[in-house]
Amino acid sequence: MVMTFIRFLRAAALAMLRGGRGYYLWLLFLTAWIALGGIAYVHQLRVGLVATNMVDQVPWGAYIANFTYLVGMAAAAVMLVIPAYVYDDHAVHDVVVLGELMAVAVLVMCLSFVMVDIGRPDRFWHLIPGIGRFNWPSSMLSWDVIVLNGYLVLNLYITTYLLFSRFRGKPPTKKKYVPFVFLAIVWAVSIHTVTAFLYSGMGARPHWNAAILAPRFLASAFAAGPSMVIIAFSVVRDRMGLPIKDEALNRLRQIVAVTMLINLFFFFSEIFTELYSFKDHAASMRYLLFGLRGKHLLVPYIWGAVALDVFAAIVFTTRRLYSHPEVLRAGCAAAIVGVWVEKGMGLVIPGFVPSPLGEIVEYAPSFTEFCVSAAIWALGALIYTLLLKVAVPIELGKLRLDPEAAR
Amino acid sequence: MARNEAIPTQGERVEKLAETRLGEEGSRRTFLKVLGAGAAAVAAGCGDTAPTTEEFFRQHYKKLTDKEKQRIFRRVEEETLARTGVQTHISDPPPIDGVEFAYALNLSVCNGSRRCVEACARENNLPDDPEIRYIRVMEMEAGSLDFEEATANYDHDKVPAKDKFYLPVQCHQCDNPPCVRACPVGATWKEPDGIVVVDYSWCIGCRFCVVACPYFARRFNWTQPSVPPERINPNQGYLSNRPRFKGVVEKCTFCLHRTRKGRLPACLEACPTGARKFGNLNDPNSEIRKIIESKRVYVLKEDLATLPRFYYFFA
Repeated sequence: MVMTFIRFLRAAALAMLRGGRGYYLWLLFLTAWIALGGIAYVHQLRVGLVATNMVDQVPWGAYIANFTYLVGMAAAAVMLVIPAYVYDDHAVHDVVVLGELMAVAVLVMCLSFVMVDIGRPDRFWHLIPGIGRFNWPSSMLSWDVIVLNGYLVLNLYITTYLLFSRFRGKPPTKKKYVPFVFLAIVWAVSIHTVTAFLYSGMGARPHWNAAILAPRFLASAFAAGPSMVIIAFSVVRDRMGLPIKDEALNRLRQIVAVTMLINLFFFFSEIFTELYSFKDHAASMRYLLFGLRGKHLLVPYIWGAVALDVFAAIVFTTRRLYSHPEVLRAGCAAAIVGVWVEKGMGLVIPGFVPSPLGEIVEYAPSFTEFCVSAAIWALGALIYTLLLKVAVPIELGKLRLDPEAAR
Repeated sequence: MARNEAIPTQGERVEKLAETRLGEEGSRRTFLKVLGAGAAAVAAGCGDTAPTTEEFFRQHYKKLTDKEKQRIFRRVEEETLARTGVQTHISDPPPIDGVEFAYALNLSVCNGSRRCVEACARENNLPDDPEIRYIRVMEMEAGSLDFEEATANYDHDKVPAKDKFYLPVQCHQCDNPPCVRACPVGATWKEPDGIVVVDYSWCIGCRFCVVACPYFARRFNWTQPSVPPERINPNQGYLSNRPRFKGVVEKCTFCLHRTRKGRLPACLEACPTGARKFGNLNDPNSEIRKIIESKRVYVLKEDLATLPRFYYFFA
């Protein structure tokens, strides 16, 4: 068994190296970004986080904004798992493992964004339960460490088990993975709920201190996540020859149609509650939507995000539009970018403006932050590419332990 | 005149701080240089500011034995001596049994001179560049307690300005501190005498506490802080004004290296108007106790149930 697993890993490594010129150019492109970001990160390590544009008034910026968004992206794998396992949707079931692999890649990005954000990465071991000093259960951040790493382990186990079984040509034993799949459903909801609670639990920050935050996080995640999956699956189908059924993509399209409308509704409810009652609390929301005391850096971004969200909602609900694959993909891109702005910078930054003492300090990422963030995105894309390079041939039956059995 | 930290504009701040603090090294030019140096730079990594093996494995303050603490204190003193030529003395006075500290500030007499800000900076070895200040004096519109109408960046020749009053804010040493709850690694905690402290050697620099604080009392070391040798206060507390380093959070500690030895906080001693009052809440005869009992005191953001030990009053 152990020997077989080693052969599996070797076959996987070899599969990752197999590819045409386009594939290698893509890898080179991603690696170049990662290298650039790596250099930027070394610079940040040397001078400190002063290399970012964060200040005491705005102590979190692009890194944590990306982290928050990506936690939702990772949670969105359940939008494949639920139809596949709860409703026995066979078309989705065929590709669910690809969604779970995406969750793995995205979780690596999440953890990377946290690592680059902390001032003392050399002390990360203080966060490891047992060795360090874990302030659990009172710190929401300690919960986040548990749920994110737990979700990563769950998805790694499920995907490895399924792919390994298929590699050996044996049907997977349900008992060995289905309970974990159902655990992962609950766990996926928990990672984004806990991440929302990081924010909504803060009395000091009225902008986040709202019960709608966790529901809004989930709704937006389940809009942006499946959109990303649709795009990824289209690429896998066109470039890697995996026959993904239209029903599977259609199911995802139906999900986004609903979640994007719910997301917009939640956002609207929040805006109404904040603005109609004219309370002090609304200062951050006013800053975000209209600007405050002459400062309005985020205004074009948030309205741009709302426009993209609305465009996506129209595409996903109008048959004449979504029946064209290109238009559908444009809708997906709109949902991905719209939610990225709205839930990333659009949520994190206004929480700091105005500051608890009423000061307005605006924030936009520095060049270093841009490079490091881009590198982490490239890292995620690289990991997902390499994982697909293994998973797709196994799914196609081309990669088998017994070469005789391979198609 | 002492000045509060100016609101920096973005971009400018990075350039200015990095360039002045680190010379050429910090600027974007270095970035390009590093780009050229490539792998060599990666190997150099965080270079001079990398932690030593002892620092890397150093345990949480509460897990250290007295003997280990003494060894660490001596080592920190030696490092400061080697770096700056100043012989410092690190002590670690424990909380005094039965003492709970509280602070009160008379807004009727505070004139916004910001002497407290400066005295605090000298006492606590706060760097000027990048400027870190624990006390932020807000210039308020007369008749309003709205912070949105206030500014910390006033710069008049004369204080107090007409139709203004002044409201200094520093760590409120909350009895129910949201910052302590937020910290994922227990690097900040409330001591029995009510002072909230930070173990600078344990903090991972996530800044969740900075986000959680409703009083903007916590400061992060965005880069390596440095204090000119002639300005170093050699009387240092391990949990208060000892040398800090980049990537960790710090804050006001009610000058515990003084107050736990029976002295008053530096900000209070520097106040020209007598607006600041400090003492033991548990002593029925203390001035602070009398103020809280007899004056009309209030706390900031009472609705957040942080239960500050820092009271304001008009008298």
